[in-house]
Amino acid sequence: MRAKYVLSEVMVGLWRNVTMSIAMIITMAVSLTMLGASGLMYMQVNKMKDFYYDKIEVSIWLSTDATAEQRTSLESSLKADPLVASVIYENREQAYNKFKSMFQDAPDFISAVKPDQLPESFRVKLKDPEQYDAIFNKYKNTEGIDEIIDQRRLLEKIFNILGSVQQMALVAASVMAVAALLLVGNTIQVAAYSKRREVAVMKLVGASNWFIQAPFVLEAVAAGLMGAILGFGALVLAKVLLLDGPLRDLTELLTPLEWGDVLIMFPLMAGAGALVSALTAWVTLRFYLRV
Amino acid sequence: MTKTYPKASRPSLDNVSVSIEKGEFVFFIGPSGSGKSTIIKLLLHEVTPSNGKVIVNSRDVTAMRSWKIPHFRRSIGCVFQDFRLLPNRTAYENVAFALEVIGKTKAVARRVVPEVLELVGLGGKEHRYPHELSGGEQQRVAVARAFVNRPLILLADEPTGNLDPDTSIEIMRLLDRINRTGTTVVMVTHDSNIVNQMRRRVVEIESGRIVRDQARGVYG
Repeated sequence: MRAKYVLSEVMVGLWRNVTMSIAMIITMAVSLTMLGASGLMYMQVNKMKDFYYDKIEVSIWLSTDATAEQRTSLESSLKADPLVASVIYENREQAYNKFKSMFQDAPDFISAVKPDQLPESFRVKLKDPEQYDAIFNKYKNTEGIDEIIDQRRLLEKIFNILGSVQQMALVAASVMAVAALLLVGNTIQVAAYSKRREVAVMKLVGASNWFIQAPFVLEAVAAGLMGAILGFGALVLAKVLLLDGPLRDLTELLTPLEWGDVLIMFPLMAGAGALVSALTAWVTLRFYLRV
Repeated sequence: MTKTYPKASRPSLDNVSVSIEKGEFVFFIGPSGSGKSTIIKLLLHEVTPSNGKVIVNSRDVTAMRSWKIPHFRRSIGCVFQDFRLLPNRTAYENVAFALEVIGKTKAVARRVVPEVLELVGLGGKEHRYPHELSGGEQQRVAVARAFVNRPLILLADEPTGNLDPDTSIEIMRLLDRINRTGTTVVMVTHDSNIVNQMRRRVVEIESGRIVRDQARGVYG
């Protein structure tokens, strides 16, 4: 009986002030979408780091006029180097084949390049990828080397961009959360005012505090959960329509976003939405329903 | 016991000490602003005394933890001058509401509410809304709501203040009947007619002090 009473009070409460309820749910949804997106981006960046840091190498490009002697002496010193885990040599022909497969969609570009225009290179895998500077300093003045490139630097640029996008999403989520909080507070005030007679009688006959407050708190929680469901729907739509659609190539280049990760966001969003609404409602009631 | 409201120049109740026995019927009388309504608020723990203690059913209400107050209030029924009924509920629903919000089932309400409405003389009018009832009938609903939980104490804050003399007498008969079931009745009033007719204990308050405490007293 009590559960039914409380539930019907919640629905009546949300309906009584329906425009405010909708505003509350929408702001909540936008805020939670931002929160979910930021969480996903955070997980994605970590996953990409795990995936790529294993594979990254230092590329040492030889200048086109490097002699075979210079090449072999460099190779032997690299192989003897205690910082180096493995060394792979790539000759002009291999570089050309790789180039061809990379730009297979642009045959004009390929035909403009001859195999001997591409430099030879060493792919050096370090025992500890952090030791790039030591390698760089050691070999930068060696004869016949054109350029030393740490792939990690390139990746870090991408990660930094993703990181700042994630932070922007978090900031947007917080700003929307403030708006959502104010709306929850206001909705609860209006609800408490419209039920002031009932509340007065309940206090008078000795209804327990939780019984008086529960419908109001649950009203806010229900709105928070609806916001979370909408926000989660927005994330799912974003994955289906955006990441798996027009942005497919980008997501395949980076690591693809998995459904499992998207699903994990739902309990996070629902939990955050419900908890924040409940707390706000409870604090508001402390001011407006003094017992 | 003393009660001073914030911003008040003098205490609303100044060093007042009253003891009321179980089953008594007591009038608190005095002019407006004498502090008699403060007594009701103190007994309900709506306000706390600035000084001293309020003891109800041998329990110190002033020292009571705030989460215990709702339970404590279930042993007290309350009637006011302005009835305080819920306008969108029928007489039956108003009384049943008081039971349901303290966790009683609908089945209990179905058994008890018609009984108590019969007791206050509203048999047959269970499904009227407050605006379809006269002032006296509305106050009967309020009395039924206060009494439905069989409280030990019934507090009445000028219950006849909005009623004509004949209706007032009927309400008093009802309160008297409730008193005879063993319920302590504490009534605040400035209706001299009623006090004189009932001939019960009278405590007169003036400017926050007790000026008279008389068994079987009259007004003035």
